[in-house]
Amino acid sequence: MTEIVSDATGRKPTTRRRRKTGGITHIVVFLAPAVLIYTVFSIYPLVESLRLSLFAGQPDGSAVWTGLGNYARLLFDANWAVRFWNALWNNLILFFIHMVVQNPLGLLLAALLSLAPRFGGAYRTLIFVPTLLSVVIVGFVWELILSPLWGVAEGMMAAVGLGWLYAPWLGLEGSALTAVSMISVWQYVGIPMMLIYAALLSIPDELLDAARVDGLSGAAIFWKVKLPLILPTLGIVAILTYIGNFTLAFDLIYSIQGVLGPPDYSTDIMGTLMFRTFFGQQTQIGDIYMGATVACMMFFIILIGVGLYLVGVQRRLTRYEM
Amino acid sequence: MKHIMMKTTAAAALCLAAGGAIAQEVTLTIESWRAEDQAIWDEVLIPAFEEQHPDINLEFTPTAPTEYNAALNARLEGGTAGDLITCRPFDGSLPLFQRGQLADITDLEGLSNFPDFAKAAWSTDDGAQVFCVPMASVIHGFIYNADAFTELGLEEPKTVEEFFAVLDAIKEDGTYIPLALGSADQWEAAQTVYTNIGPTYWKGEEGRQALIDGTAEFTDEEFVAPYEQMARWSDYMGDAYQAQGYSDSQNLFTLGRAAIYPAGSWEITGFTDQAFFEMGAFPPPVSAEGDTCYISDHTDIGVGMNASTDHPEAARTFLDWAASAEFAELYTLALPGFFSLSNAEFAVENPLAQEFLSFRQDCESTVRVAAQILSRGEPNLENEMWVVSANVLNETMTPQEAAAEMQQGLESWYEPQQD
Repeated sequence: MTEIVSDATGRKPTTRRRRKTGGITHIVVFLAPAVLIYTVFSIYPLVESLRLSLFAGQPDGSAVWTGLGNYARLLFDANWAVRFWNALWNNLILFFIHMVVQNPLGLLLAALLSLAPRFGGAYRTLIFVPTLLSVVIVGFVWELILSPLWGVAEGMMAAVGLGWLYAPWLGLEGSALTAVSMISVWQYVGIPMMLIYAALLSIPDELLDAARVDGLSGAAIFWKVKLPLILPTLGIVAILTYIGNFTLAFDLIYSIQGVLGPPDYSTDIMGTLMFRTFFGQQTQIGDIYMGATVACMMFFIILIGVGLYLVGVQRRLTRYEM
Repeated sequence: MKHIMMKTTAAAALCLAAGGAIAQEVTLTIESWRAEDQAIWDEVLIPAFEEQHPDINLEFTPTAPTEYNAALNARLEGGTAGDLITCRPFDGSLPLFQRGQLADITDLEGLSNFPDFAKAAWSTDDGAQVFCVPMASVIHGFIYNADAFTELGLEEPKTVEEFFAVLDAIKEDGTYIPLALGSADQWEAAQTVYTNIGPTYWKGEEGRQALIDGTAEFTDEEFVAPYEQMARWSDYMGDAYQAQGYSDSQNLFTLGRAAIYPAGSWEITGFTDQAFFEMGAFPPPVSAEGDTCYISDHTDIGVGMNASTDHPEAARTFLDWAASAEFAELYTLALPGFFSLSNAEFAVENPLAQEFLSFRQDCESTVRVAAQILSRGEPNLENEMWVVSANVLNETMTPQEAAAEMQQGLESWYEPQQD
């Protein structure tokens, strides 16, 4: 919209020329801070990681070129591959749980809140507050709540007759990853809720009134009018979830479970694998070259995921003018 | 102005007279992961040293244990590391020496105060070069609630069967959780359980050396047997021990809710402060009455010097002092539970520490089985041991599977094991 307006106002050739000559300096000046900061803090480290991943460390501290040797080791060496695929699989499970629990829950909460924006304020704040808490605090508090020794979980469940359902979830192979995911859902459900809530509020009342006049019920309005209008937001939520599951999830697992992803690597994700490979763990000496390789694999996996989304989903989404 | 000049000249003259040569003051900083020792260094060790060497100032600057290795590496690479480096044992420090970051101190006079097994942790594989002065070891065993034992009429178990009889009796009584142990943090399962009760089966150094030489395997009976014992432990650990962490276990024991704690001697200080009951200690039980007992007497902490320090002479002076009988006594007294490795003889005051130290007389000493050479490769044996040991306690892996997994990992890179 704005482009059309500015083109229309640029009728006089003189103003246009002045804008052009001043434009280049302006572009350089305005882009410089962002370009500089991104180059120093994002692009350079990224390129450096990519470069490191092509070398192998030697006992004397030097490095030799191995090409894609590190990647081959990570993917095909039996001992590395088992950890890599396990970590990737756990990441995908984590993503799946967030997609089927966190985001629908966020949508539901947003839909409910948007029905009564005035009275929902307190709830909105309460649900959003955990996202502002430090992951370390959230991890520590939930670890205590779920602790079989000092936790309140067992007692509270017993009080409503569900005591028999209690198990030391964080310590059991079958449930540890789900338990950690649910803690993460509790913490971050506020983000999809807020994004979707904002999208729902931006739907003009005339559209909804028109739908109502056309005889649609409340549920039908949601499914047939509101949902198609907020689909682009849901897409963004999905992609944020995908990226967050490689970045944010590490913090929580690191603070609750440690870097080995116990029990038996059942909560080991790409982030923890990268961390202990890069920085070392107890007697395991950190290997910056293999660590960089794992980090680069994470980068590629995120890149592929985001790329597939942009090509396969984003383009097909219909955007409606409102 | 003139006044000041005169003062300076006078001071300089005095210095020359006193020192005989250049009595310039130097400050040495000590890198360490033992942040909890700050007070002991500041109040006991440093004053004692500075009294004898007024020209050398010491500064103790620790880093958090979990960050120490990474932070130290980065500082050594960047040339900003301290003059004196607290050394992790074996492969925790050897690479630093190989990269030329730790200085060779083989000819340091004070080293003659230490037995060979102590120096082995900070020597090259062939034993030819030494790069750190051994400071202390930690001894593994079991700490028990002596009041609870008296109450239930129990005695320190000597054999494995007696041990289980004691556990059964405690379980039957029901007042106490028999074993204060959880598997959530994994490392206790390996360090204070497997390498605690294991040496009895693999005969300490004999079995450890056999693994290094490639003449024994983890799947051999003597290395599977400790796992078989551990598989029986699950019945005696608290409910839901799978989610019980290290600090949970410590609290369970010091609050008097559990009777026996598989321990390392580093717990002594904390437990002495916190527990309100009498405590005792016994070494890992043996298979049959009269068998030799073996203890994990793990060389845990040493001190060496940064190869690129600006004050190599002063640093060597400190290392010589750190190797002296005086330091050994000061250190062990200040930190009951960290036992000096020096040949020097002195009395320990803490009764619990005395008991741990007495294990050394009755039992053969060995270090943790995965510490030397075997954890050098990928996958890291120490990590593997944490995970499979916890799995055995969790009953998600059989003793045979656990041993097989460690052996498979070791064979994948360690040549002597590959035939």
